[in-house]
Amino acid sequence: MADEKIRVLIAKPGLDGHDRGAKVIARALRDSGMEVIYTGLRQTPEMIVEAALQEDVHVIGLSILSGAHLALVPRVKELMAAEGLDDVLLLVGGIIPDDDIARLKEMGVSSVFGPGTPTDAIAQHIKSTVQSG
Amino acid sequence: MTSDTTQALIDGVLAGQRRSLARLITRVENRTPDAADALAALYPHTGRANLVGITGAPGTGKSTRVNALAQTLRRQDHTVGIVAVDPTSPFSGGAVLGDRIRMSDLSGDPGVFIRSMANRGSLGGLAATTGDVVRVLDAGGFDYVLVETVGAGQSEVDIARMATTTIVVDAPGLGDDVQAIKAGILEIADILVVNKADRPGVQNTVRALRAMLELGHRLRTAGHHGYQLVPPDESADNEPVYDFWQVPILQTVATEHTGLDAVVDAIAQHREHLHESGIMAERTRQRVEAELVARLREELLFG
Repeated sequence: MADEKIRVLIAKPGLDGHDRGAKVIARALRDSGMEVIYTGLRQTPEMIVEAALQEDVHVIGLSILSGAHLALVPRVKELMAAEGLDDVLLLVGGIIPDDDIARLKEMGVSSVFGPGTPTDAIAQHIKSTVQSG
Repeated sequence: MTSDTTQALIDGVLAGQRRSLARLITRVENRTPDAADALAALYPHTGRANLVGITGAPGTGKSTRVNALAQTLRRQDHTVGIVAVDPTSPFSGGAVLGDRIRMSDLSGDPGVFIRSMANRGSLGGLAATTGDVVRVLDAGGFDYVLVETVGAGQSEVDIARMATTTIVVDAPGLGDDVQAIKAGILEIADILVVNKADRPGVQNTVRALRAMLELGHRLRTAGHHGYQLVPPDESADNEPVYDFWQVPILQTVATEHTGLDAVVDAIAQHREHLHESGIMAERTRQRVEAELVARLREELLFG
């Protein structure tokens, strides 16, 4: 149906207060025609997964700059599984050491986007993955 | 997307399953072919929820008000569904839906369900499918369904057609007293709320609104509609028929939860007034009529 839109939840888990990156991504995905639900700062994994369920999103994008990604991502993934959201694409953006990227992907993160990623690349990744999935 | 059958989603909604609710809302929003069947199946289960619209200019505090109002209703053991509408970009067709930012206090409460909607190009302050989404929440058993419109200018008055009670949120410093007597958004208010009442100038705003209300009674139904489909009351020889509901002007500070109990009381009083005066029945009839015309127009022009 022509009316269908890709819906994306952009969330910032944890305690760091820097949301410029998350807002840039939200804006860029809007400009590529997606409906972006932005939930703001300091979200717990529980809040994020609950919002993703209610909003019936295709994609959850987590912005993490605090270094807590190895603690937050497994918790989000666990809650997603508990709510039956296994078909939702999980993306991580922010400051992630190279060594951890493989580990996050093992946990089920579809892709990790670091500083300098062109926003088009993120939109393209979402479009190709959601539409083929 | 999974291959949930429509029937499974309908059963899930009626059983109060949040995942089914979310999925069916998506189908209704996307107007998938099975959505009409689902709405038809759910229709007999609707009509119980108290539908409250919240509208007002951008930045007057609509989302914060919805958050505070929902918390007040939850303390009284009512369950609350929320639909928050934000605009779609006319350039890209995308949207940033940010109303949840102000509603994070409600997170983790199983008695609350929040859904953000993009208006997808619809004028009038709502999306074309908002009424249907509200109906799904109604069938899902929520006691109250709160609908927050896009930040409205002066003519985004669709909400009055859908809601039982329409709350218009104003804030100090937004305009002089002539703004208050223009037609449009202030005219549809069943309850006027002056938010940010801790700011200077609040008395001027309240005075201007009160003066507007004292200039005359509003029409019983006609004032609620941009155009008249049929004469408001065929038996009345075209005499105007008035609604004598006294629109209360309530002052709140939504961020501090001040004045919220009075708003909840006013919603209940207004609902009672609608039933006692028979206006509820008239409005329901007009709503169904307006909806039928809107659907026919869409089918015939764009179908």
